[in-house]
Parts: sequence; structure tokens; C-alpha cells
Amino acid sequence: MARLDVQQKLEILADAAKYDASCASSGSTKRTSKGGKGIGSVTGSGICHAYAPDGRCISLLKILLTNSCVFDCHYCINRKSSNVRRARFTVEEVVALTLDFYKRNYIEGLFLSSGIIRSSNYTMEQLVEVARQLREVHDYRGYIHLKTIPDADPELVHQAGLYADRVSINVELPTVGGLARLAPEKSAARIDGAMARMKSDIIDTKDARKKYRHAPRFAPGGQSTQMIVGADSANDGDIILRARGLYDDHALKRVYYSAFSPIPDASSVLPLKRPPLMREHRLYQSDWLMRFYGFAAHEIVGATDTATGMLPLDIDPKLAWALQHRAQFPIDINRASKSMLLRVPGLGVRAVQGIVSARRWRMLRLDDVARLTVSVAKIRPFIVTPDWRPTLLADRADLRVLLAPKSEQLELFAG
Amino acid sequence: MSTPATTGNDRSGLSGPPAGAIRTITLAATDDFDGWRSAARALAIADIAPDRVEWRVDGDVGDLFGETVEPPPVTARSRALTAPRHFIDLARQAACHRDPERFALLYTALWRIQRNPGFASDRADPLMQRIEGLAKAVRRDIHKMRAFVRFREIEDDDGTQRFVAWFEPEHHIVRANARFFVERFANMRWSILTPDLSIHWDGETLSETAGAIRGDAPGGDPIEDVWKSYYASIFNPARVKIGAMMKEMPRKYWKNMPETALIPALVAGAQAREAEMIAEAQQSAAAPGSNRSGAWQALRREAQGCTRCPLHRCASQTVFGEGPVDAALMFVGEQPGDQEDLAGRPFVGPAGQLFDRALIDAGIDRGATYVTNAVKHFKFVARGKRRIHQSPAVGEIDACRWWLDQERALVLPRVTVALGATAARAIFGKAMAIGKSRSRPFALSERAEAWVTVHPSYLLRLPDAEKHDAYRAFVDDLRAAAQRVS
Repeated sequence: MARLDVQQKLEILADAAKYDASCASSGSTKRTSKGGKGIGSVTGSGICHAYAPDGRCISLLKILLTNSCVFDCHYCINRKSSNVRRARFTVEEVVALTLDFYKRNYIEGLFLSSGIIRSSNYTMEQLVEVARQLREVHDYRGYIHLKTIPDADPELVHQAGLYADRVSINVELPTVGGLARLAPEKSAARIDGAMARMKSDIIDTKDARKKYRHAPRFAPGGQSTQMIVGADSANDGDIILRARGLYDDHALKRVYYSAFSPIPDASSVLPLKRPPLMREHRLYQSDWLMRFYGFAAHEIVGATDTATGMLPLDIDPKLAWALQHRAQFPIDINRASKSMLLRVPGLGVRAVQGIVSARRWRMLRLDDVARLTVSVAKIRPFIVTPDWRPTLLADRADLRVLLAPKSEQLELFAG
Repeated sequence: MSTPATTGNDRSGLSGPPAGAIRTITLAATDDFDGWRSAARALAIADIAPDRVEWRVDGDVGDLFGETVEPPPVTARSRALTAPRHFIDLARQAACHRDPERFALLYTALWRIQRNPGFASDRADPLMQRIEGLAKAVRRDIHKMRAFVRFREIEDDDGTQRFVAWFEPEHHIVRANARFFVERFANMRWSILTPDLSIHWDGETLSETAGAIRGDAPGGDPIEDVWKSYYASIFNPARVKIGAMMKEMPRKYWKNMPETALIPALVAGAQAREAEMIAEAQQSAAAPGSNRSGAWQALRREAQGCTRCPLHRCASQTVFGEGPVDAALMFVGEQPGDQEDLAGRPFVGPAGQLFDRALIDAGIDRGATYVTNAVKHFKFVARGKRRIHQSPAVGEIDACRWWLDQERALVLPRVTVALGATAARAIFGKAMAIGKSRSRPFALSERAEAWVTVHPSYLLRLPDAEKHDAYRAFVDDLRAAAQRVS
């Protein structure tokens, strides 16, 4: 095989990395390159430097160090038995590419992962070395996300956390049975153990920094994970409960949901279909409800279909929940608690903040609510204002039909 | 930042025009928030109504007959003026907007806050809503500038490298955004050129020059090709969402972003690339040597633990399909019955025995076909010691369809026969009238078709007089379907 140049390697190793949904660059400690020798800053909120036609944000250089792998996970384009072209970056190539892209403002960080070559420890060492060179040789202060390998020596994983803003391990599949079928060499218990160790490292270093100002930081952006949706038999209820468990047990910053999408040279174990993008979208919405809207996991699971355990695709989970709890509505915009306002379909976090701060000074009327939100039509059946009472609307049996979006927002080319 | 000609504490005796006349305040620059702030402060303290003030920016083509007037002086006796911090922050952002009314709107708001302190918190008020809108547009523009500036490397005359970008912001945000770029690229020498203002950083100080034109910026950079490769490779053609991309990266920004030139071709080729992947996968699955039986074993194992619907709670076990994984003919029944539930195999009870007889009469070797059920757990109600079969609900069929789809995608039968309405629903995803649909093929894809016929248990329930003819028709259906694969 002819030697590949950096651009050819990049084509292969970016293609191999794109099934990881995470591209977040937010939530780490703020810092700048002033007073240093290199480049890079972290602002707190992430910046998406470009968007691909798949609607996904590009804020990081997301690549694999190599797409060769000793594992044979059926959902993965890089599995041992796949015939994709293989490539491998040197540590120096990744470092140079990161800096070149960063200086031109194409990206604001690096997300480095790798197939497993030789051994888990060897691979982990290489990943850590990239981060070390960026930080120590080039005084690079931008964002780094490292994928860690569950089976690698905990000391190596610990080093990754010292250089990186965020570390992650993918649980890959929501069910243990699915993992056993599709990733026979991976073990749910080992993944769980590695995430638990990571959590205690994060907590320990946070404690240490409270006592000693110069104690090293450890993954200040926390840890995240990813679940593939639609490759195993898990229904939405299973996935929501699994995500809740992950947030609780391992203090995860984020759980990503990735609709299983066709890959080149797919395994026969996993038949290809169009990725369930709408389902993925509804799962992200339910994730938001848990993290920002005060919903408990069991409440969202309650909004799934009792037989199939699936969330409705035509309406969002908050509306589905509200339609099941019609007795709790309508609520008075001027008197309801903030937590109840957050449960009104169509009211976002910012609109609720606006309502709460404005109503301290005066009574809000329907027009006022309309000015604070995108569409008051969706909200009206659930609220009361001095000039509005949804007497007829609230009791209508066909409320769901009235509120479901008229236009099909499903897939771009269904079928 | 410059301030208007005369500011707050000046007591030179300028008292301005008599109350009631229009005062024109001229600010030093389009984004001169500090100038607005000190002028507005003095005006508000002097209790000058908003409609008595006109705001201009130095260099504007304004009212030629108007006269620039300093704001009234602030004296030691002036009453205190307060505005909440969050309003000042909001005003600072809104002041960068291109809207010519921005300074007047902000002054009106400040004036009203003096009369009603709660006004600053009232985002539902039309004026505050409008100011919020201005600030939001500015924040977005600031964010997009941080995101979409693209530096190109050049070598200066003295041989040092410098990075230069051309950007066209919508609002007057360049000065407000300079600090971000300084902090991110503190040890780089760079310039950002825009139509109204250019900023430069030499590693130590920030300087400004006048606006520029696109031609002043370099036309390319060798790394851009590498970046474009990355952009094309990180895109997943199986999940095209153009609307989501356009919302966050509107077309107006495209002309200064090298990677956007690739978008039309990426979108145009996406569907074909995805279809090719799926077709290839189906071919390779059917090819000898692919591990289909291993995959089927694993699937069957996973199904043993299925909890997708509540039926698993009462049934004894999952009754998975059986037969060769490369069978050309697949039969799909309704669900396991009492005996199937205990045996763990499909079609072994009374209906199964009738089905076996019909297969023999139709000349079909059951051992060469794949036989499964639409629903894989037994649904029943207990009556004493007996377990009475219940038809599965639509939700249960839909829940279990996942398994049937996996089986069908692995086995890839040329002909699938739906035995009864439940199976037909699972295959077609909608209710089918058996009487109208039976005895003819329905194309599922280019190489696969489905047939619909009755379930053998239906024959068991018929009065004896009708049994004979119905059985004949059933066997005929089976034979006709089987002939399609022979």
C-alpha cells in the first residue's frame, strides 16, 4: 500500500470518527492564552465553527489516532472484520493538525479517540502523549476531549484526565444483551467500573483543589458517554431509565444518543436501515426535560406508549406528558410556581424566567405571554391569565390533534 | 472609548436649549455605548423626556438643520440615577445593533426605569421586548463572528507570519469582539478586516484601522484544502438535515467560509451514498462466508431477555423463529399458544399440526422454510388451570415488530407469507383485510414479496361444513406462494 499523506489519513480517520455524536466544547474552566507561549482559550460556552449538512456542529477536530482495531464490534465501521481502508496518524501529525486548524479558527479543540492497537495500554499511552505534547510542548490552552479505554491501566486513564477538559467512555448500547450480541469483546461491567473510577477521580481532585490552590485539575469538563439507538431491542423507556441511572451513578455531564446509521461494509449481524432520527430527537428532548425542566425519569417513561414503551414521534414528550395529566392544567401564569411553569408545553426555560421576573411587577396578560414565547397557540390550552381562560379548549378530547404539528417533520426522504 | 463633546461633570455653564426644544446628541462612533451612557445619564437626571432628544452618530448623514447640543450638566445637587446592572449589560449589547433607533430606544427605557424600577425586569413589555431582540441579534452576531472568522496565513515583509481574516458582520460588533480574539490568539499576530473597521494584534497591543475590502485580505491558504477534506469526511450522508444546518449557518455567511463550497455536492450525493451502503450490506449478508447463523444465534439469545412489552411478565419464554437462516420462504404466524410457550418452538400446538399437514399437502418441506411469529410471547388469561389465548394488541405487535424486522433482515426471504391479520399488520405496518388481500403477491422490494392468507387456527374454529373448502383455499395459497421461490 502506498504511503498516505496527512490529508488522505485525515479523510479516513475523520470518516471513522464521525459516528461519535459528541462535539461539545463547553463546560470547562475558563482560560486564555495571555501570558503564555501558545494559543487557545476556553470561554465557557462552546462555539460551533461550522455545520455539516447533517446538521451537526463542528467545533472540534474529531479524529481517531488509528482506525485499526483488535475488537470486532458489529455496529462499528472500524471493527476488525471490516474492509475499510486503515490508516494511522503519528502523535506529531495530530498535534500539528490541531494547531494548524486552531490557528485558522476552524475549530476550538481536539476530540481524540482511537481503535485499539497492540494493547489497551499502548493505545491509551499514545492518546495521552498527544494531549501531553499539546499542553506541555506547545502550551496549547484550547479544549481537549479524550476518549478513554475501559481496559487501560487506571494510572494512564488518570493522566488523560490531567491533560483533557473532558473524558468519555461510551456505554455503546442501552442493554447488556445488546452489548453482548453486538460488541462481544466489551463488557458492561468493565465500562461501568471505568466510569465509576473516573467519577471518583473527578471528585477527589475537586476536593483537593478546595484545599490546595495548585492541586492539578482533572477533566474539569467532566465525563460523558454515548448510547446507540436502534441497534438493540431497547425501547425509549429503557433508554431513558438507563440514561437517568448513568447521570446518577457516574455524575455524567452528558449522555449522547446516536441513531444507528448505515456504515460502509456493514456487519451482517446488524441489518442496515435508515437511522431513526426523529426517535433520537425525542430522546434528546426527554434528556432535556430531566436535566433542565425538573422531570423525573419515571414521569417521562409514563408518557411512553404502555405497550411499546416508545415515546410518540408526532408530538414532543413534554406535550405528551401534559396531555396525560390534563387535570393539573390549566395553570395561572401569574401565580403558578416556577417548577409548574416549566411543565407547560411550549414554555422554555428562558420564557419562564421572563414570566417570573415580569410578574413581580405587574399582572401578565395573554399578550405578554405571547411576547415571551415563540407560539402562544400551543400554550393557550394549558394556561390562565386575567384575560384568558381555556374553558372549551381544555376539555376537548381532540386536543392532541389540535396541538400536533401539522406538517410532517419526520425524515427528509422517508422510506 | 470616546465620550460626547461634553460630559456629565462639566460645569462650563452650557445649559443647552430651553426645556421643550429638541436636543441632538452626537455620539463618537456607531458602537459608542459609553458616550450614550454618560449623555443618557445627564439627560435623565435633568428629566429630559425621550421625545425631546435626538441621537446621532458622528459622520451620519443627519438633519442638516439640527444643531449638536451637549447634554445638560450634572451638578452636585442632581438626584441620583440608578439602573439595574442587567439593564446596563443589555443596553451595552443592544447599542451595537445596526438599528438607527437603538440609542433612542435605550434612552426611553432608561427614562421609564426612573419612573418604575420594575420596568427593567419586564421582558413582556413591548419596548423591553424590542431591546431584548436587538441585544439577542447582537449576541448572535458576536457569536457567529467568533465561529466563522477564517484566518489565512501570510508572510509579512520582515518574514514573520501573520494571520489575516476578512469578515462581514451584520452589526457594529468588531470592537466588542476584539477581546475574544486577543485572548484566544494572544501569541499570534493577526488582523481581522471588515467593511467598517479593521483590528490588528501584534502580540502586545491591539490597534484599529479603517474599514477594508475583501481584496485586502489574502485569497487562500494551503491548509484550507486539508480543512475541506475534514469537513467532507466528518459529514454523515445517512443523516442529512439541511434545515438544521441552514438555521445555524445561514447562507449569508457562506461566501467567506471555504468549506461551504462543498455543501451542494455533499447534499446531492448523500442519498446515493446511503443507498449504496444498504445495498452493499444486503449483498454481503447474502454472500457465502458471512456469519449469518452466528448473528441469528446472537439475536435469538438477546430475544430471550426481551422486555419491550409487558407480555414477557406472564409468558414462560420467548418463542423465537426457527429454520435455515438463508431460507427463501418465511412464514409469519400470530403468536405462540399454550403449547408453543412451554416448548419454546413456533407452530407445535393444534394450529401447528394443521399447518404441518397443509404444508405437506402443498408440497412444501417445512425444514427448508423459516417459521416465526409476529409476537414472540404468549398472551393469555388464566381460567382455572387453563390459559386462554388472547389476541395481541396493536401496541404489542408494534413492540415486537423490532424482532421480526431483525429476522427478516437477516434471513432476507424472497417470499414472506403472513398467516392471519396479526402477521399482516406486522409485515405491512397497517391493518389488511385478509379476504381482499389473499392469493396474490405484494412487492416489498425489488427482490422480495409478501403473501397474505388465513391463520391455521381460523380453520380450526370454522363449522365443519365450511372447513373443507377453507382448508383447500389455504393449501392453494401456500402452494402458490411456494411456487414463487421454486
